[in-house]
Amino acid sequence: MKKLLSFFTACLALVLLSNFVVGTAGYEVGDKVADFKLKNVDGKMVSLADNKAAKGYIVVFTCNTCPFSQAYESRIIALHQKYASKGYPVVAINPNDAGTVPEESFADMKARAATMKFPFPYLQDETQQVAKTFGATRTPHLYVVTKKGTDFVVSYIGAIDDNSEDASQVKTKYVEQAMTDILAGKPATTSSTKAIGCTIKWKRA
Amino acid sequence: MTRLRILGVLAGVLLSVSASAQQVSVIKLPELQKRLNRQSDTTYVVNFWATWCAPCVKELPYFDQVNTTYAKQKVKVLLVSMDYASQLEKKVTPFVQKRNLKSEVVLLNETDPNSWIDKVDPKWSGALPFTLIFNNKQQKRAAFEQEFTQRELTTQLQKFLQ
Repeated sequence: MKKLLSFFTACLALVLLSNFVVGTAGYEVGDKVADFKLKNVDGKMVSLADNKAAKGYIVVFTCNTCPFSQAYESRIIALHQKYASKGYPVVAINPNDAGTVPEESFADMKARAATMKFPFPYLQDETQQVAKTFGATRTPHLYVVTKKGTDFVVSYIGAIDDNSEDASQVKTKYVEQAMTDILAGKPATTSSTKAIGCTIKWKRA
Repeated sequence: MTRLRILGVLAGVLLSVSASAQQVSVIKLPELQKRLNRQSDTTYVVNFWATWCAPCVKELPYFDQVNTTYAKQKVKVLLVSMDYASQLEKKVTPFVQKRNLKSEVVLLNETDPNSWIDKVDPKWSGALPFTLIFNNKQQKRAAFEQEFTQRELTTQLQKFLQ
């Protein structure tokens, strides 16, 4: 019995360890999301747990200055308008260090949110810890998280669609495709995609 | 009248001179793959960049400097622009000519990055800048999803030239 117990302990340790190793590289589809508390442009703190009605969220790492982020702003607003009523509102997070790029400051975020009339929270990840935990590398970088019990689990990671330059030329809307599966209670058929984007401006070590 | 004609000829000469300056060819993925898979004992430094990417623009001179520093060694720099093909004449070519880049510059004209990023390198998430250093004959290859300082680039490149 004791042997069995120590065997299980060893297994558990291995599982925890491997989770830890994966965790440092960011989330993969199926991973549980650690909730966060970040400041919104309205000055209020926002966590995933706040919105009790949410079935999940479309979490987008984006910023003020990246041309690719700007190219996608109206499409991100459209995603919110389409999916918030279905229980999946958008939460936008700016992970860029304002010390590196001054135009990424909180004041500039407020201005950007006002100009673009963001209908969703636009949060500042000042310590960049949330971006690191998610494993975000670029802007825009999108995650769909789905509520399972009291937890949120990653259901989709990646691109918004297949044409950043011209929304009218898009052939595959990756997020919408994934959302169709997710809303039907199924895992996303294509759950992980890649896109070109601006590297996150990390704090200088 | 003759004066005007001379002016015209002069203008023509000037135009042809500027046209013979660095040109950017627009390529598709198979052409890029051909270059990435070339079996030769040359060390290639392939940098993915864009005119709109500030950290990319900042490090471009370091890559271009490689041509001069390693002129006597088998090293080749290829700069792959991720700008849209529609921006070739308006932005990319003027940028390349203004900076007088010595490296070969190509523009990868593909829309859906999800369909080709893994074919360039599975370790690349899609963030710019991204750099590959490889020597296919020696079967050495390294990928960097990061911004380089001149010193970092030299250090990494030296590993291929020993």
